[in-house]
Amino acid sequence: MRKLSVFVAMFVLGASAALAMSGADAIKARRDLMKADGAATKPVVAMLQGKARFDLATVQKALKTYQNAASKEPALFPPDSKTGDTNALPVIWDDDNMADLDARFKKLGDDAAAALATIKDEASFKAAMPGVLQSCDDCHEKYHAKRQ
Amino acid sequence: MTARIALALAAALVAAAAAVAWFVTPPRAVSAEVAAAASEPGDPEAGKDVFYIAGCESCHMSPDQKDPLRLGGGLELKTPFGSFYPPNISPDPVDGIGAWSAADFANALMAGVSPRGEHLYPAFPYPSYCRMSIKDVRDLFAFLHTTPPISGRGPSNALKFPFSIRRAVGFWKLLYIPKIDHPLAVDPTDEEALGRYLVNGPGHCAECHSPRDFFGGIVASRRLTGGPLPDGKGKAPNITAEGLKDWSEDDVETALSTGFTPSGDVLGSAMTAVVRSLKQVPEPDLAAIARYLKSYRPGGAP
Repeated sequence: MRKLSVFVAMFVLGASAALAMSGADAIKARRDLMKADGAATKPVVAMLQGKARFDLATVQKALKTYQNAASKEPALFPPDSKTGDTNALPVIWDDDNMADLDARFKKLGDDAAAALATIKDEASFKAAMPGVLQSCDDCHEKYHAKRQ
Repeated sequence: MTARIALALAAALVAAAAAVAWFVTPPRAVSAEVAAAASEPGDPEAGKDVFYIAGCESCHMSPDQKDPLRLGGGLELKTPFGSFYPPNISPDPVDGIGAWSAADFANALMAGVSPRGEHLYPAFPYPSYCRMSIKDVRDLFAFLHTTPPISGRGPSNALKFPFSIRRAVGFWKLLYIPKIDHPLAVDPTDEEALGRYLVNGPGHCAECHSPRDFFGGIVASRRLTGGPLPDGKGKAPNITAEGLKDWSEDDVETALSTGFTPSGDVLGSAMTAVVRSLKQVPEPDLAAIARYLKSYRPGGAP
């Protein structure tokens, strides 16, 4: 009995430690994901502008990067990550905006998955990719600003 | 006895100060020559480029919809001075600018004076637009007349005292409005001059990208070195040669035309709307802007 309660206590402690990521950790984790998105996007923008040769593997890698980030990002905005080393605007934590943010990440993930299926060559890339990237603009317009 | 004299003197001084204040603050329209030149017929096609360089729709489009050419006004601009509601600039004759003369339009942009002869608040960036060429002003006027008339107007400005005293804008103009000989047109083949003109005139970049002093005027020595966004959320970065030292001219042009920065980040907040507008602008204009910003040293003449 005693063993069991110790076990349960340890389990609960361990689980809550895993769940309760500190605000600073959440900020770092989401920044790293966004940085990976940016690094993957850079060659894609060059291709869209005609400044780099179309490369399907690079495009697919970018789309998978977005999918991965979009699936993890919604959990990385806990209330204590509102302030700190972040350019996320405090308005994210207002009213219904958290649900809106989650919906936007879901849309990005869905759009990336759809584009992975449709993009086969340069023509389909130029047709489908701008729509995926539109999510970046839309979300950053509302939720992101340089703070200093 | 002395007290009465002192009181009389004080009253006289206050009256004199008020008279001087009234005398130096009247709204002054553009010259008759500028008004006449601005009243020549404009080219709406060319005016469309001016419209998107200035990003008129960012402030004037009807809120809660996506058509940039529905210019019904009414979007709230929150500032430290109170809330401004940009007016309807659609060609509606009652609520918009449909009944304005070309001279009225030139006065608004180049002198900050309304058709009723009152000062406009510099939330409307005429401290930049006063540098615009006469040709761009009349072309823009012609273009606005091609957009659909929208009826209705937004709320009146809700400003804190003493900013609610419109006449006081006259003092502000004395302090901050440069003396400009409005150019007739800018030579599009002179890239250096074109970039300088687009950045400081219609593009009005300095309005957000510069720090402001206590009275809300741009600190001239730190023009384009970055400033707080008017809504207080975040900052517009330094876009001089100093701030852009890690960016190439091509990086600047790419950021303006696509929204993507050299790191693959995307320009957010108020700049998203600016980029949405600049996407409609001819490439040579963006190249000239990029070139000018990359060469502009802080403290230099605009």
